[in-house]
Amino acid sequence: MQLIRRFEYTIKDLFARAIIIGALHLYVGEEAVAVGAISNVGPNDYVMSTHRGHGHLIARGVDVNKMMAELYGKETGLCKGKGGSMHMADMKLHVFAQPVVAAGLPLAVGAGLASKLSRDDGVTLAFFGDGAANQGSTHESMNLASIWKLPVVFICENNQYAESTAASYAVAGGSVAKRGISYAIPSDTRDGMNVLAVYEGVKKAVERARRGDGPSLLECVTYRYEGHEEGDTWHTYRSKDEVEQWRKRDPILNFREYLVKSQVATEKELESINVEVEAAISNAIQFAEKSAFTSEKEAMKDVFTDDCY
Amino acid sequence: MSSQTTAIDQAKQQNRELTYRQAIGEALAQEMAKNSKIFLMGEDVRVFYGGGPFAVTPKEKFLDKFGPERVRDTPISEAAFFGAGIMAAVAGFHPVVELMFSDFYGVCMDQIANQGAKLRYMFGGQAEVPLLMRIAYGGGMSFGATHSQALYSVFAHMPGIKVVVPSTPYDAKGLLTTSLRENNIVAFFEHKALYGTKGRLVPEEQYEIKLGKADVKRRGKDVTIVALGKMVHLSLQAADQLGKQGISAEVVDPRSIVPLDKDTILDSLKHTSRLVIVDEDYSRCGFAAEVAAIAADESFGMLDAPIKRVTTYNVPIPYAKHLEDAVLPSAQRIVDAVKEVVPT
Repeated sequence: MQLIRRFEYTIKDLFARAIIIGALHLYVGEEAVAVGAISNVGPNDYVMSTHRGHGHLIARGVDVNKMMAELYGKETGLCKGKGGSMHMADMKLHVFAQPVVAAGLPLAVGAGLASKLSRDDGVTLAFFGDGAANQGSTHESMNLASIWKLPVVFICENNQYAESTAASYAVAGGSVAKRGISYAIPSDTRDGMNVLAVYEGVKKAVERARRGDGPSLLECVTYRYEGHEEGDTWHTYRSKDEVEQWRKRDPILNFREYLVKSQVATEKELESINVEVEAAISNAIQFAEKSAFTSEKEAMKDVFTDDCY
Repeated sequence: MSSQTTAIDQAKQQNRELTYRQAIGEALAQEMAKNSKIFLMGEDVRVFYGGGPFAVTPKEKFLDKFGPERVRDTPISEAAFFGAGIMAAVAGFHPVVELMFSDFYGVCMDQIANQGAKLRYMFGGQAEVPLLMRIAYGGGMSFGATHSQALYSVFAHMPGIKVVVPSTPYDAKGLLTTSLRENNIVAFFEHKALYGTKGRLVPEEQYEIKLGKADVKRRGKDVTIVALGKMVHLSLQAADQLGKQGISAEVVDPRSIVPLDKDTILDSLKHTSRLVIVDEDYSRCGFAAEVAAIAADESFGMLDAPIKRVTTYNVPIPYAKHLEDAVLPSAQRIVDAVKEVVPT
C-alpha cells in the first residue's frame, strides 16, 4: 500500500513538471482495495485493471522500474512506451489495465472462460468503478459469467465519483452490490478503506470461484483523494470537508495503527518498509531516466504478428 | 500448384459442388477437428435453422460432434461475448465468434476496435489475439436499413483487424482455413445472398488461400473491374454483357481488404489503363475510395480515364425491393460505368 501511494505521489510530481505526460489517474486513497483483493490470487489467475490501474499492477507484483519507464516513454517500459499510464500490461503476470470504462469486464469473462475450458483452476479478478456499474457491458458480463458459472470475481471500487458525477446521483438504487442479486451472483459490500475487510471478502469469493460455483460481486466502498485525473478541478464537485472526512479513514495509517496495537509489527519494522519503498521509488526514477527512448521504428511494429498493415 | 491441381482433380472426380454455406461449414468443422483450441460462440449457433442463424453450422456436424463446450449459444450480449472471445484468444484459445448481421457492429465495436484490435500494439507486442469473427453482411433481401449493409470498410479502417470477403465457395473454404490458422483477429464477411450459391468445385481435403492474394476472376484487356463478395458476381454478369458489345473487362477479386493485394490490381491496370471499382458498401470513405486512391497515387501515369466507383449510394438501405434495387450496385450500373471510361 505504501509503495502504491508513494509511486502515485511521485508521478504526480513528475506530471506537474511535464516529465510524465498524457492522462494520469491516481489511485491514492484506494490502496486497500487492490492490496486486499490481489493478495488472494496466484500466478495462474488473471487481474483485469482499469484506467486507474497503477495500484492493481503494483499489488500484482509488477516491476515498478518498468512501470516508471513506461510512463517516461522508454524502451525498457512494460509496453515499450506504446501503452502509457492507461494501457500498462504485464502479460507474464496476467495483469493489464484497459481504460474504456467497463470494457474490462467482457475481457474478464473471457479469461474466466479460458480458465474453465482449460480446467486449470484459474480465477479472474475484475476491477471496475461505480461509473462502470452503469454501463451495459457490465450487466452483460455478469449475466454471462453467471449462466456459465465462470470463475470471475467482480470487484466494484466505488470511490463515490465517476469523474465529477456522484454515485449517489448516478447509481439507481444506491447500491452496486444489490445488482448482483438479479444475476444470481452472491454479492457483498465491504469497507474499501480496510485492507483486511477487502481481503476476507475476496477470499470467500475466490474460494467459491475455484470450487466451480461461479462468480461473485463485491462492492468496496472507498474514496479517491485526488481528482479524477491530474488537472481535474475537484473542488467544483466535492468539498474540502468531505475529502478531509475520508482522509481520516486512511487505509494505510489505520492499518499501521492496527498492526502496532495488535502487536503484529513494531513501529521500527513499519518504518523499515518505508525506507525500502523510498529506495524502490528512487531506483525506478533512475532506471527510467537512464533508459533510452523507444526508437521511432517501434511505432510501426506490433499491429499484427506479421508485417501486415 | 501441383497439390492444388490434385485437389481440384479430386474435387472433379467427386463432383463436389458445395454451396458457399457448406464450404464455410466444412472448413470450420475440419479445422475444429484438428485444433482443440477452436470453439464457436454466438447467438443461436447450436440448433436454430438446424445450426446457426444461416444454417452454416449444422447440429449434427457441430453440436453433436464437438459438444456444447465448443459450440456455445450466447445470450444476446455481443459486447460480452466478443470481449470474452478476445480474452479467451489472448489466454490461448482460438475462438470463432459470430456477429449475426454486420449492421450490429455498433453494440460490440468497442470490444473489437478498442480491445481486440489494439491489445497487442498497446502492450508492446505482449499479446496475440487469434480470433475469427464470422460476420454475415449484405443486401438484396429486403431486410431494410439495419440488416442489409456491407460494413467491411468500418472494420478495415481500424488498424489491427484483417478483413476477408470471399465471393465463392472455393475461396470461402480456403480463406476460412487460412483465417483459422492466423494468430491475429480476422473479420470474415459472408454475404447472406451467397450462402445458397455454388461455383467452382470444392475439394474435400483442406487447403489454404493466402490472405492478401487477389484472384483474377476473368481476364480482359479494356478495363479492370475490382470487386468483392457478391459484387464479383455482378461484375462477371456485367463483363458478359460488355463482352457482347465488344468490350473486354478483367475482373479482379482482392478477396481480402486487409491485407490488400495492390500488386495484382496495379498489374491489371498496366494492360487495361482503366479502373472501375464495385463496392456494396457506401461510397464515402469506403473500400472503393481506398482502391481509387491507391490507383491514383501509385499508377496515375498508367490511367487513360478517370476512375469510376459503383457503390451503394450514401443512404440507409430501404425495405421495398424496387427501392433497395435502386440504391445497391447492379450489373447495369457497372456496364454504364465501364462505358463511361472505355471508348466505343
